[in-house]
Amino acid sequence: MDLGLIMELFANLSLGFSIALTTTTLMLAVIGCILGTMIGALPGLGPTNGVAILIPISFTLGLDATQALVLMTSVYYGAMYGGRISSILLNIPGDEPAVMTTLDGYPMAKNGRAGDALVLSGFASFVGAFLATIGLMLLAPMLAQVAFMFGPAEYFALYLLAFCTLGGLGSNNQAKAAISVCLGLGIAMIGVDSSTGMTRFTGGNLHLFDGIDFLVAIVGLFAITEIFVFIESHGKETAIGVKLEKISIPIKEIVYTRWTVLRGSCIGFVAGLLPGAGASIGSFLAYMSEKAIVKDNSSFGKGDPRGVAAPEAGNNAAAGGALIPMLTLGIPGSGTTAVLLALLMTLNITPGPLLFTERPEVVWGLIATLLIANVMLLILNVPLVKFFTKILQVPASILLPGVTMISFVGIYSLTGSHFDLLLMIGFGVLGYFLRKFSIPSVPVILGILLGGHMEVSLRRAMVLSDGDWTYLLSSPISIGLWVAAILGFVAPIFLKSILKKPTPNQ
Amino acid sequence: MSDRLIGIIIALMALAFFASATQLEAPFFSDPVGPKLFPYFISIIAFLASFRMIIMPDEKPTWPVLSTFASLGIAIIVLVFYAYSLRPLGFLVPTALCASILSYQIRPKYITSLITGISLSIGLFIIFKFLLGLGLFAFPRWIWG
Repeated sequence: MDLGLIMELFANLSLGFSIALTTTTLMLAVIGCILGTMIGALPGLGPTNGVAILIPISFTLGLDATQALVLMTSVYYGAMYGGRISSILLNIPGDEPAVMTTLDGYPMAKNGRAGDALVLSGFASFVGAFLATIGLMLLAPMLAQVAFMFGPAEYFALYLLAFCTLGGLGSNNQAKAAISVCLGLGIAMIGVDSSTGMTRFTGGNLHLFDGIDFLVAIVGLFAITEIFVFIESHGKETAIGVKLEKISIPIKEIVYTRWTVLRGSCIGFVAGLLPGAGASIGSFLAYMSEKAIVKDNSSFGKGDPRGVAAPEAGNNAAAGGALIPMLTLGIPGSGTTAVLLALLMTLNITPGPLLFTERPEVVWGLIATLLIANVMLLILNVPLVKFFTKILQVPASILLPGVTMISFVGIYSLTGSHFDLLLMIGFGVLGYFLRKFSIPSVPVILGILLGGHMEVSLRRAMVLSDGDWTYLLSSPISIGLWVAAILGFVAPIFLKSILKKPTPNQ
Repeated sequence: MSDRLIGIIIALMALAFFASATQLEAPFFSDPVGPKLFPYFISIIAFLASFRMIIMPDEKPTWPVLSTFASLGIAIIVLVFYAYSLRPLGFLVPTALCASILSYQIRPKYITSLITGISLSIGLFIIFKFLLGLGLFAFPRWIWG
């Protein structure tokens, strides 16, 4: 990297900090971090549905684009931190990426070292998120430069890649993932066709002419579904919690796991970069590779500190990495970044290479906030972790009705239509059945979000080439993306035995 | 067996989507692809994937007992009622009612659910109205014009 680029980076960063260090922005970041950690810690509320129910509310607050983005990404980073708390203390992952943390975190807590596990994992989270934010800072502008070379054919291949990797990695049954993608794409087709101005698949219903609002679908699928699931299970996730005695800083363990944390961060970051992979895959790969690399892995699963540090570094690094394809290409790497993309689209910000040249204040303000938020989160999650463990005592019978009411008011204040509320309930029911049949619901969201863009890029490519289909494969970039897409979908079928997830301890 | 049934339903849905797409009329000056082709692709892929579900179904999911289904049905009715009552009946009463019922459905204790519902209703109203500044009405507008 030559001097000019470094100067540019510092100029951009100082722009970012000049935005992030205003009182309002800082306040929003603090609120976001606290809310995020709470959302992450509460079983039944994860980063995806947490961010989803907060989006309509952040609109009604009248925040501008940068402020809304700062609030939501702080929640996002915070939830990644918070997920570990209930994993360690209750053996219930607070959110999906924290599943791997239960494997060694809970045994460690049972051995009377809950405090050490929380501090160690908090520190690992910090390192993972910090390194990923640095990576975001360095890599995103470069990727934005590459993205300038993308035409409609390349974008079409890129969307295909996102769907294929998400379907391939995110589900055990590729057919079900494909159905889920098709469901989302099909829903995206409803409404006015942007190229011809004619309506499609509305059945003559006036409410559907504008299409289905993706926020309605997101809140329905992620928040309303949860109430049905909890009514079925009667919230009987009353695992025996572990008492938290006192908090001290296990310096010896932090030094001992330094390479583990670094390795986990790198693996997580790369996993986050892949479109469709995201934080769950990041923490999974970080844990599995750590177990494979170390010489003596007999204590893994029995409370090994390395088994706590690796997945936490991995999932927080993946959370940062997943922001890169979302910001530079408009392709979300995970469920939560898909929700953040929905936020950007509603704010009329089009992610992509132009974002970096036209709205630098949004991008760099966001990056500066992430750096600040990460330090705040370390403070919240290490000395103040005791406060958040209290939140775990909120029973599901209070939490879930509350979440449902917030969802209703949020969507209603955003769209002001009863029809959208009914649609949201419909999506909630759909989400319940999808979960019963283990059909993943994140591809549905991605399909609704990206379906329109995917079709437009295909049609533009065909206009440019005058209907010549070979145009889709005419550049090295698009050929590479097509190959990656097919591999991403097919390879997991053969790697199933290797990628088999270890079962959580009982 | 569940998987097979849902596979057949999805296959039928894909066919219906395909059929509905054939009815779309392309305008005279259309692009080379037109509005039909992408929906065709979607329905074909969904149709093929549903076949995989019919031929190689996964294990049957654990379905809840009939009474649980009934309570899920009640929950849906409560939510639909809530969607329609929010504007004419004001915020407080419908919210307290719905939150109580949902809370009872998760943990069947009368008094606790009622307290939960009422406190959620009042608490959320204060947050929404005074902290976030939403234009909510506490009671029906015909009481206070």
